[in-house]
Amino acid sequence: MDALILLIPIALFLGLLGLAGFLWALRAGQYDDLDGAAARILFDDTPPRKDP
Amino acid sequence: MPSTPGARPPPASCAQCPRPPLDFTTRAQPLPGGDHRLELLISGLSCGACVWLIEQALAAEADVLAARVSLTTRRLTLRWRGPAARGNELVALLARLGFRTAPWSPACLRAADDAEGRALIRALGIAAFGSMNVMLVSVAVWAGGDMGDATRALMHGLAMLIALPVVLLAGLPFYRSAWAGLRAGRLNMDMAVSLGVLATTAMSVSETLRGGAFTWFDGATTLLALLLAGRVLNHGGRRRARQASAQLLALQQGSATRLNPDGSSQTLPLEAILPGHRILVAAGEALHLDAVLEDATALLDTAAITGESLPHPYRQGDTLPAGATNMGAPFVAQVSATLAEGSLAAMARLLEQAEQSRSRITTLADRAAAIYIPAAHAIAVATFLGWWLLGGETWQGALVPAVAALIITCPCGLAIAVPAVQVVAAGALFRQGVLLARPDALERLASADHVVLDKTGTLTQGRPTLLPDPHPEAALRQAAGLAAASRHPLARALHRACPDATLADGVREFPGQGLQAPGMRLGSAQFLGLDQQDDGMALWFAAPGQPPQCFRFTDALRADAPAAIAALQAQGLSLEILSGDAPPAVAAVAATLGLEHFTGGVTPQGKAARLQCLTATGHHPLMIGDGSNDAAALAMAHVSACPAGSTELAQSAADILLTAEGLAPIPAAIATARRAQRIARQNIGLSLAYNALAVPLAVAGLVTPLLAAAVMASSSLIVILNALRAGGRTWTR
Repeated sequence: MDALILLIPIALFLGLLGLAGFLWALRAGQYDDLDGAAARILFDDTPPRKDP
Repeated sequence: MPSTPGARPPPASCAQCPRPPLDFTTRAQPLPGGDHRLELLISGLSCGACVWLIEQALAAEADVLAARVSLTTRRLTLRWRGPAARGNELVALLARLGFRTAPWSPACLRAADDAEGRALIRALGIAAFGSMNVMLVSVAVWAGGDMGDATRALMHGLAMLIALPVVLLAGLPFYRSAWAGLRAGRLNMDMAVSLGVLATTAMSVSETLRGGAFTWFDGATTLLALLLAGRVLNHGGRRRARQASAQLLALQQGSATRLNPDGSSQTLPLEAILPGHRILVAAGEALHLDAVLEDATALLDTAAITGESLPHPYRQGDTLPAGATNMGAPFVAQVSATLAEGSLAAMARLLEQAEQSRSRITTLADRAAAIYIPAAHAIAVATFLGWWLLGGETWQGALVPAVAALIITCPCGLAIAVPAVQVVAAGALFRQGVLLARPDALERLASADHVVLDKTGTLTQGRPTLLPDPHPEAALRQAAGLAAASRHPLARALHRACPDATLADGVREFPGQGLQAPGMRLGSAQFLGLDQQDDGMALWFAAPGQPPQCFRFTDALRADAPAAIAALQAQGLSLEILSGDAPPAVAAVAATLGLEHFTGGVTPQGKAARLQCLTATGHHPLMIGDGSNDAAALAMAHVSACPAGSTELAQSAADILLTAEGLAPIPAAIATARRAQRIARQNIGLSLAYNALAVPLAVAGLVTPLLAAAVMASSSLIVILNALRAGGRTWTR
């Protein structure tokens, strides 16, 4: 049972890491255009970059 | 003012009617450093490839700094270095690619701004995290039968640590809605959810502190996650419908060409045009403002305002109605009222009054909740009192079966039962080209028992077609060659009947009368000097060496109208026609369709009054119309629909928008709505049956958290699976 002392905090930490990642993605607007995001992965051209 | 002799007419298709390009210069926001930003609504965006095309084409322009399209909201955010006027060129580039654009209107922003959706997704994320991590410890307690008391207490303590913040944060959408309902004096479903979750959490905290054998943190968090998942789906569907209707309106937002005193002209948004300004209305352009004609004559199609199918000639000094379309030559008119005070705005106010007086329907979910929630709470309270006073338990001990009863009756299945059906049905309708613009449209549609139809543009095509009388081929070809020079609906119809006719030389148009080319005349009987009766739906053609030829026209029924009418009758709905057009024309259409009840020559107020009368006598009328004159009636009806190409006012008044012209999707939509309503009732029945089995066990104190979780999940699952049937064919395919 001593393993619990270590394992439970690790499990919770990993879970919280996932939650933090999710909240960051939400805040960064990654959930705003779900339809577009599904298609964007297929765009292979990098748009031509211009020097300002 | 006759058009220039021999002038080339614009292309025959009306989609290419010249629309003055809107000046986007004023819409571009200046950014520091000489950059500008423009937000646009893009129409015709159907898939990822369109997004790619637009972004690539704009990025290839040397001065464009950023171009990003959102496929969900159809919004393009464009940033460039240089003057604001450059925006017009970029918009023209999009037009060449085949995309229509409109300024991103505040209404679009409201519809797309999805703070509520983001809050729901955030709550769902938190609840899902919480329920999984609570399960981590709860499963250990369920599985570890030989667990020591100290370890179990540690597990419960950990579960409490995770669950308390999760219940507080993820439950916020429910608590807010429950509180709002309570303040309005209504018990809604969210009230039951909030009470169930909070009571379960409170009891579990008390059990943890007492060192009890069971806690229910897993139930509370899983319940929240399941309900939030349903809520997110529901919200997404409603947002899509709201956005679609806001964008349809934004695309129709017009502009006008103002003639300045110095002789220059300027395309301006309608709000900027004031009384006294002179505007130029191009051929085929819509007149959005009330105005007085300055030129000698004008020919306007007023079908959208009065329902009349033939254009009206106007003379100098006549008042022109806003909402009409110019069918003749370009003319100049003096504006007599601003947009906010004109006749279109007056119709919009009529519409608002109608909407306010419309009765609110109690939805199925509301009715179920109104009976179910008090019953569930009464059972919980009775269980608590029974165990405490009669069963000899301590009050904490009596709380356990009471909360078990509360969580078993917690309307998980019930809360998903109706929304799940509506999401599936709305999705199926969306694919059939039927948009539900109001949340209760589906239930209203299911209960419709009477259909009121507009004629012009709804049952008929709203434009004349040539009757197939025997015409000499040569005469038809010559006449069509003349007709090609005019925008008059009858001339256009004649040209459509013989589209490859070449334009005759030297055609001169006499608006409201006819066309003349050397040796040939096409027009009314009077114009040709013939002594013939003319009902306005005929053109006469005279050429040397031929007897005068008569071409007769009719406002033909839409090809799908008879089938749709028959399908509606087969569904047990009674029908009537309510039209602003002349009674004989209405009677003819009614006779063709075999409809007994029809009224012609009805004013917009008359239409609204008829709908009010129907509603007052206990009918549930479905109104279908497309004109501004139908708008008040659409708003007054129990449920209303308008086909594609309807006027802006009609679209903002209707519950249901069709994305195709014609009535074909309506019977299918009614069938889907009725089916959805039936399945929703079944679902409510199913979740009640579950409760009938599980509640006695809970009251008897026999339900463990494990059993409660199993019951909750399986009842939700059955209800969701049943709801999938509401999509109809997609499920059986």
